[in-house]
Amino acid sequence: MRGVGSAARLRQYLPAIAVFLAAIVVWEIATAGPGRRVLPPPSDIVGAFGENAAQLRKSALATFYESLGGLAIGTFLGVLVALVTSRWASVRGVLLPVAIASSAIPIVAIAPIMNNWFGVLNPLSKMGMAALLVFFPVMINVTRGLVEVSPAATELMRSYASSDAQILFKVRVPNMLPFFFTALKVGTTLAFIGAIVGEFFGGTSDVLGRIVLQSLSGGRFDTAWAGIFLGAAGAIVSYLAVSLAERLVIPWYSSLVAQER
Amino acid sequence: MTTSQGPTEPQPPVSAAVRLAGVEKSFPVRDGTTTVALSGIDLDVAPREFVSLIGPSGCGKSTLLRIVGDLIQPSGGTVQVNGKPAHQARLDRDYGMVFQAPVLFDWRTVEANVRLPLEVMRFSRAERDRRVREMLDLVELGGFLSHYPHQLSGGMQQRVAIARALAFQPALLLMDEPFGALDEMTRERLNAEVLRIWAQTRTTVIFVTHSIPEAVFLSTRVVVMSARPGRITNVVDIDLPQPRTEQTRETERYFELVTEVRESLRGRITSSAARARAEGAIG
Ligand SMILES: Nc1ncnc2c1ncn2[C@@H]1O[C@H](COP(=O)(O)OP(=O)(O)OP(=O)(O)O)[C@@H](O)[C@H]1O
Ligand SMILES: [Mg+2]
Repeated sequence: MRGVGSAARLRQYLPAIAVFLAAIVVWEIATAGPGRRVLPPPSDIVGAFGENAAQLRKSALATFYESLGGLAIGTFLGVLVALVTSRWASVRGVLLPVAIASSAIPIVAIAPIMNNWFGVLNPLSKMGMAALLVFFPVMINVTRGLVEVSPAATELMRSYASSDAQILFKVRVPNMLPFFFTALKVGTTLAFIGAIVGEFFGGTSDVLGRIVLQSLSGGRFDTAWAGIFLGAAGAIVSYLAVSLAERLVIPWYSSLVAQER
Repeated sequence: MTTSQGPTEPQPPVSAAVRLAGVEKSFPVRDGTTTVALSGIDLDVAPREFVSLIGPSGCGKSTLLRIVGDLIQPSGGTVQVNGKPAHQARLDRDYGMVFQAPVLFDWRTVEANVRLPLEVMRFSRAERDRRVREMLDLVELGGFLSHYPHQLSGGMQQRVAIARALAFQPALLLMDEPFGALDEMTRERLNAEVLRIWAQTRTTVIFVTHSIPEAVFLSTRVVVMSARPGRITNVVDIDLPQPRTEQTRETERYFELVTEVRESLRGRITSSAARARAEGAIG
């Protein structure tokens, strides 16, 4: 079943790739004249990549590092809280409203506070922003995956006189994994948003958020766009990495989903 | 009522695989009243018997099976399994359960699904592999070890569930309409398979079904139940010779027994229809 996949998958993505290339061409033509002032043409952006290669690479790596760090922290805390809340319903009653309230906090307002806590130059202050955004979807999804187990499955396990730990590891956790990967995919994008928003509020200069701000104030729109593209590329790469991990860890799931389509 | 008689009763002989005495079950309903699902159930099942429970929908067959399996508690009466309380029997892993839906885990292959109880019960790796293979051969799914459940037909999934229930050689097999969702042909084939397995493993079976022919073909005894409140109205001994084959379904005795079970079931239906008519006349 899997061997057929790669060719079929390529064919599935072909229209998207074609649309993307067409958009680039239209963009190039539309911004060739005075449009350049509104939006730099792709060729200028590519040029900006060349001129600032060293700085852009350094910044992209720094932002990538912050995002992944925040993704790891947010995921870890999200799973931890989910495990605790799914185990004790009373804890769920207390923590869930708090968690929901925390997701309502405007993230931009938190950035200066993170700078206060961890130090403006410490990458932890940006990771904290990323982690905050990642935490909520991970916690909610993982809790659902752990709790929403079919009653028949628990009944079957009870008929074997299984321990709670066995029910957790043989039923709840495997049941949760598809939910976890869904949340993690959302989390990759959120982590980049969190990190870059954090960078807007000060810190080391060689990070994508600062590059974008500084290039804009210096009228270097092409460099700003190069930074934006690098941020998007980072998010896409980590999304694809999570998708790959998903296919390796829960191979049964993609096969099940493919059949249900 | 008749609930507190347990301790004064004589100890049941160990020879009964299942002994139900005065079992009652009522469920609280939202408006404060209760539904009496089972009332005054007395039943002894001998070791190696194949007993079917048959009765109209809602008469408490599943409830009774779940009480025997210690998945729910009776409101009254006693349940002894192999001479001990049902709860102890569950802790001793005396039960293999097969539900109406196969309840296979999506993330486990056929092989791993059958292995599940063996993992839970900490069988050695070698023993696990041996038994999984043996059980899957028994249900003729030896060639599907690494398939996932969604890659199997409904009948195949149900056979995996049976293999899983048999893997740890439980003393008592409890099956709740395992073939309810299958077509007649598949059902008859699986009936033959269940009998072959039963003859081979010599476990005691309690089997819930809606199908009269299925009950007669499989069982040594058929327990006929009626609803509101759920109770046992008749027990039909099935004296068809063993082993049973497709020819059994064509013998005169088989048809007689099918008729007898049907009449027992209809007995209730006729009387309730009469009652409904009477009530209609009054109202
Ligand atoms: N958890 C429950 N709460 C309340 N009432 C219940 C519950 N489980 C069963 N009942 C009631 O008990 C009665 C018997 O239910 P049960 O499921 O045992 O019937 P059944 O004989 O298995 O029916 P079927 O053939 O349709 O499966 C029904 O009236 C049902 O409404
Ligand atoms: Mg039922």
